[in-house]
Amino acid sequence: MRYAETGFNLEIDLTRGNIERVETDPKETELYLGGLGTNAKLLWDRVPPEVEPFSPENLLIFGAGLLCGTPAIGCNRTIVSTISPQTRLMAFSMMGGFWAPELKHAGYDKVVLRGKSPDLVYIHIHDDKVEIRDASHLHGKGAVETQELIRRELKDPKLQVSAIGLAGENRVFYASIEQGRSSASRLGIGAVMGDKGVKAIAVRGTKDVNVARPAEFFELCQEVLKYIQHREKNPIPGVMPILAGLGSPQEMKVHDEKWHTENFMWGNSRERKKGFWNDEIAESWTAAMESMRTRLISCYNCPLKCGATISPPGQPTYMMKCFSKLTYTMAAHSDLDFGLRIAQKATEYGVDGFSTPQVMAFALELYEDGILTNEDMPGLPSDNEERFHWLLDRIVRREGIGDVLANGTYWAAKEIGKGAEAFAHNNIKKHEQLPLKLSMLNPIYFLMYSTGEKINITQIEGQFPQAPFPKREQREEFVKDWIQVPDEKFKQYFLDWELRGENSIPYYPTPEMTCDIVDWQERMHYIDDALGMCAGLSSFPLKPPYHIHNYPKFISAGAGFDMDEDRLTQAAKRYRNLVRAINIRRGMRRKDEAPPANHWKKRFPELEKELLDTYYEYKGWNNDGIPTAATLKEQGLGYVAEDFLKRGILTGGDDEASSETAPAEQETA
Amino acid sequence: MADEKKKKTIKTLKIDVDKCNGCRACEVICSAFHAEPKYSSNNPARSRIRVVRDPLRDVYVPVYAGEYAAAECAGRDKYTIDGKEYDECTFCRASCPSRDEFKEPDSGLPLKCDMCEGEDEPLCVQWCITDALTCEVREEEVAEDETEEQEELEIGLEVLADKYGMEKILDAVARMSNSNSS
Ligand code: SF4
Ligand code: SF4
Repeated sequence: MRYAETGFNLEIDLTRGNIERVETDPKETELYLGGLGTNAKLLWDRVPPEVEPFSPENLLIFGAGLLCGTPAIGCNRTIVSTISPQTRLMAFSMMGGFWAPELKHAGYDKVVLRGKSPDLVYIHIHDDKVEIRDASHLHGKGAVETQELIRRELKDPKLQVSAIGLAGENRVFYASIEQGRSSASRLGIGAVMGDKGVKAIAVRGTKDVNVARPAEFFELCQEVLKYIQHREKNPIPGVMPILAGLGSPQEMKVHDEKWHTENFMWGNSRERKKGFWNDEIAESWTAAMESMRTRLISCYNCPLKCGATISPPGQPTYMMKCFSKLTYTMAAHSDLDFGLRIAQKATEYGVDGFSTPQVMAFALELYEDGILTNEDMPGLPSDNEERFHWLLDRIVRREGIGDVLANGTYWAAKEIGKGAEAFAHNNIKKHEQLPLKLSMLNPIYFLMYSTGEKINITQIEGQFPQAPFPKREQREEFVKDWIQVPDEKFKQYFLDWELRGENSIPYYPTPEMTCDIVDWQERMHYIDDALGMCAGLSSFPLKPPYHIHNYPKFISAGAGFDMDEDRLTQAAKRYRNLVRAINIRRGMRRKDEAPPANHWKKRFPELEKELLDTYYEYKGWNNDGIPTAATLKEQGLGYVAEDFLKRGILTGGDDEASSETAPAEQETA
Repeated sequence: MADEKKKKTIKTLKIDVDKCNGCRACEVICSAFHAEPKYSSNNPARSRIRVVRDPLRDVYVPVYAGEYAAAECAGRDKYTIDGKEYDECTFCRASCPSRDEFKEPDSGLPLKCDMCEGEDEPLCVQWCITDALTCEVREEEVAEDETEEQEELEIGLEVLADKYGMEKILDAVARMSNSNSS
């Protein structure tokens, strides 16, 4: 018997309309765990670098994490992986909600889509019954609306539905997949779904998911539940409220937005508004939220309430979470009422709440600067807020200028020319980043930004405090019950970290310490993404209930194979390198690993070089960021090393110098 | 004899729908607790509590499995509370042919909440840390069991007699006792 996992993937060839239930190899689970890990293996094996994102050969994989469907609290992530049309690299975006456990109960660990359907379809899975159904009547329907329509059509209110909106259908490079209160938003995976002609996947499952050692597994869950209650009662002192508790940032609950509105950038990630937050604004924003928010809601099997149902008067109800609360507001220099209203439309269209506002603000900046003219934007309203609605409507339809902007700021700037590139200033690896511009280079963030392949900072950071605590006593207090550290040395790193003086950024933590810290934070995220755990209970907040010490126990009691901290670290390293290998094979190199030039005012080129050199070496990558043959072999990735040698990516010489291949800069159609 | 009193523990599950966040942890842990062996598997479809959940209409109603009903009822209820309309059967605890709630998914056998026998508190209550589900335990003095049973029997007979007439009931009882002894 297979434990925790079901042992079966659903392989759907959309071109032929063929559906197969394929048994997976349990050895792969031990090596790559599940979720992201096994998704990466499939992409490596089956999607060679020549395959274009919008090619029938590209795969779109919906992978439930290894422990989804067990009672592990908060373990509900679907990891959606494909090749991104925007970055042309591997995309993996996670969605919470209820879909992954439902898939496990239907009897599958993954749904693997290949080919392209000639007509718009949706997929209906009810245990062993799987069918591809006509979706022509759902053309142009909203992503939220579609979920409801399918539930009604199939007369099954318990269906969990992942759907795309107009943006996905029209292959907008930052189209999302929406599902209940969650979405997989980053890197345009909704566009790949649209390209495949799939409007939605509706799942209902009524089968058991088994665990190997029930009593032990239950005990571990109880401990986690207790720890969550403890942390809810004891927020971490000395940090701002959204960092003090567990869960995704509690944006739906917390009204005080001083920190975001005064530290994050407004417009096209340009303007910092110090002193913005005052009583009057606090009052009106609180009123806006309270008049529209009907309830705080959770994901499957999780007591934290990170999402909310929002009902803007006169508009349909939708669900929201995290920072998308403010992204539209701040991009448009507007207020929360506007933000919550336009987000409703954007959710139905199915677009990423981070990239979309930034693309629109970028377009308006180009217009103000005369690079885009009335000729490019005929009919552009004069009212600022209306302009955002106008742009959104055009982007998701790829109408006029919207067709250019639908590719994101990087590609749009290239196409527009006339100096537009300077306005696409907030990208890493061609993808829009959080609107943050800071003063002093932070070595930890420098490395995370540069080398992160989720290409989104919030999905790399978390375990180590973002900034030193001013007083030593506070730090001592903090490390007292810091049980999550993989090694005692992290406590010392933190204790010695000062706001000013010798032990402050950018030279402290030292490059060696920085490597340790970054590697730890990244490792925890990669483990979450294979197990299907919400980062909000694990890798993202300080002092989370899941960590490197209890995870191996969860895996061995749950899935039934031997696991300890070293083996888990090894496994995470293995598929982390596999993700990198996929991207290296697609042309990613050191030159791509850089934060936006203006991310910090004070930069230190020599230190930055040293940081990257040290980290590459620490990771077992060569000077160009390519995993060396030795590293690959040590992790059981000999097949990757062979492929690299064959392609000339590695030469086999001592220094393993690489040759530039497969430029990632090709234009997409 | 008749005045002799006995102590009885009564557990009341309190359901605060306003506090429910729709997480379904109650379903998860109920099904795991009732798995054989305990906690060996999980499957909300087997749970004895179901959360009727429709987020866009803000409907969140945890319902416990009650009695088995052989036939579906003819009259259905539709409630409107605070302007929200609830579908037919939302508040009903019956395991009934009209729906697939509260039935083992494979055998179709009815499920009933047993308050997690042997546990201090039902597992759903323990796992609902948002306190949408709480459990109140109180002791009540009740008349001796036999009297209570006798009373129940008499009430039942009265209902039947009202419906069919005493004669028919007596006939039926006579027939049943004959067929039992043969
Ligand atoms: S912590 Fe929040 S985002 Fe994570 S599973 Fe729980 S409710 Fe969902
Ligand atoms: S565990 Fe509590 S909050 Fe969660 S669905 Fe059940 S009743 Fe609602």
